[in-house]
Amino acid sequence: MSFWADPYRFLLEWLRSLLMGLGLPADWAQVVLFIVGAFALGTSALLLVIFLIWLERKIVGRIQDRLGPNRVGPWGIFQTIADIGKIFTKEFITPNGVDWFLYNLAPVLSVGAVLMLWAVIPLTMTLYGVNLNVAVLYIIAVGELGEMAVILAGWGSNNKYAVLAAFRAVAQLISYEVPLIVTLLVPVMFAGSMGLNDVVQAQSIWFVFLMPVVALIFFIVSIAEIGRAPFDLVEAESELVSGFNIEYSGLKFGFFYVADFLHAFTIALLFATLFLGGWRGPGVVQYPLLGFLYLMVKTSIVYFVVILLRASLPRFRIDQMMNLNWKLLTPLAMIMLILTALLDKLLPASMPAIRVAGMLAMNFIVLLALNQILKLVESRNPRPVVASVVRPVARPPQIQSVQNETGTSS
Amino acid sequence: MSTTQVIFLITAGVTLVAAVMTVSVRKMMHAALWLVLALMGVAVLFALLQTSFFAVVQVLVYIGAIAILIIFSVMLTRRIVQEQQRPMTRFWWLAALLALIVFVGLVVTLSGWQGFYPAQQAVNSHPEDIAALGLALVDPVGYVIPFEVASLLLMAALVGAVFIAIDRKGGRR
Repeated sequence: MSFWADPYRFLLEWLRSLLMGLGLPADWAQVVLFIVGAFALGTSALLLVIFLIWLERKIVGRIQDRLGPNRVGPWGIFQTIADIGKIFTKEFITPNGVDWFLYNLAPVLSVGAVLMLWAVIPLTMTLYGVNLNVAVLYIIAVGELGEMAVILAGWGSNNKYAVLAAFRAVAQLISYEVPLIVTLLVPVMFAGSMGLNDVVQAQSIWFVFLMPVVALIFFIVSIAEIGRAPFDLVEAESELVSGFNIEYSGLKFGFFYVADFLHAFTIALLFATLFLGGWRGPGVVQYPLLGFLYLMVKTSIVYFVVILLRASLPRFRIDQMMNLNWKLLTPLAMIMLILTALLDKLLPASMPAIRVAGMLAMNFIVLLALNQILKLVESRNPRPVVASVVRPVARPPQIQSVQNETGTSS
Repeated sequence: MSTTQVIFLITAGVTLVAAVMTVSVRKMMHAALWLVLALMGVAVLFALLQTSFFAVVQVLVYIGAIAILIIFSVMLTRRIVQEQQRPMTRFWWLAALLALIVFVGLVVTLSGWQGFYPAQQAVNSHPEDIAALGLALVDPVGYVIPFEVASLLLMAALVGAVFIAIDRKGGRR
């Protein structure tokens, strides 16, 4: 096996033989390899964040008609590294009255919960942390660890704004877990396995073409699950003075910040894996490393949409967010689960074209029906106008006269 | 000693310490978190047995759902959280003695039974056939009745929760 065909396996075998040559028993060598692999995966994910933060600031800056970071390095690309240098030199401040252990555990847990997701995502056909056969359940379980981190941060800070934000966060995260689990069931049903590598291998037709509505629900719900705009009530800066992480500063705040950015990229990665065919693409069987490139391209597109949504949508109110979840997304996800399962049994699996056409038609009909129902509901309960009446604005007299003149002349 | 044994010993030790701390620390919140650690230790034990399904379900059900519930109840009952009394009564030694006597009695009684000395059994080569588990749950000769009864129970709990929470006066929430 040459190096360039599959460098990961090559390095793995080389390291294993090196360790065995040092006189280590086989199972201890395996443990060392696991540890090295975990460090490598975690570190590269965290290094990726440096780039992601710069990218997001740059894109959001462009959307808001600003330049974004542009001082340090070409296109400001080293801005984040300068920020890291600054954050490392900051003082560790522990406010009075905090629960010391929980206060310090929460940031670590929040980054850890995101990094644990990377363990099961297949980056190429052969490169993955572990091919867990219950990876989908694992994803949900690890997500709950992230919720624990938010609770601990809120409660451990001994601050009532932080606790309020933590309550909100938990209400949001637990509620949105319901449609998340239901939508995750659909790809699992099609792949016949809960392992993510099997899900990717089953996508000879990308799942997004078989179940676009489910993919859309998953996309919305996963954005809500990571607490990003427009669902960022967890850290609603304007209302909760930055929310559950209000008492954190310096590196500890940096942990939450890193977790937030990495989480956004990770859900894009998950979406690409579950619905966009993961590492699949031409030529991956000969050169598995190409799969990594394909996966990153797909992930980047999804990630760009996530950033775009964040930059363009205003924040939901908490009741709107709960309504969206319980009255729209959860029932829709359940209906889609049942309909997809039924239709999949009816359509012949041997004819992929008919299968895709049938599934797309069903999804389209569901969307049309949903649109009609929403229109009906809206006409029954018209939305109350909350804005006040438009009042005349006081203007200096000379401007008013100029306006009158132009008004008459034109 | 193999790596599995080392990992098992560490995990077992952490689990036991966490379990003891759960019932002995003063702050309720800390007790809940020690409980989470103990349950996590059990999940690691499942993973060591190569039953990753049970490991993940352990994390999902106990650590995710129940731990969050416990933490909620602790946080919403503030007076209990701040209670700085001794968590033990004066007669803790009596309870410990009783527990010890019961434990010794059980061990002495059970030592007469041959199942007490487990022979090393061959582990099933496919220990986590999730499909078999799923089929057994909906199999008429399997566990379909307990499964349905459990779902009925959950449904009843759900309806009860809605009934308690609903505003019957017809006012705006």
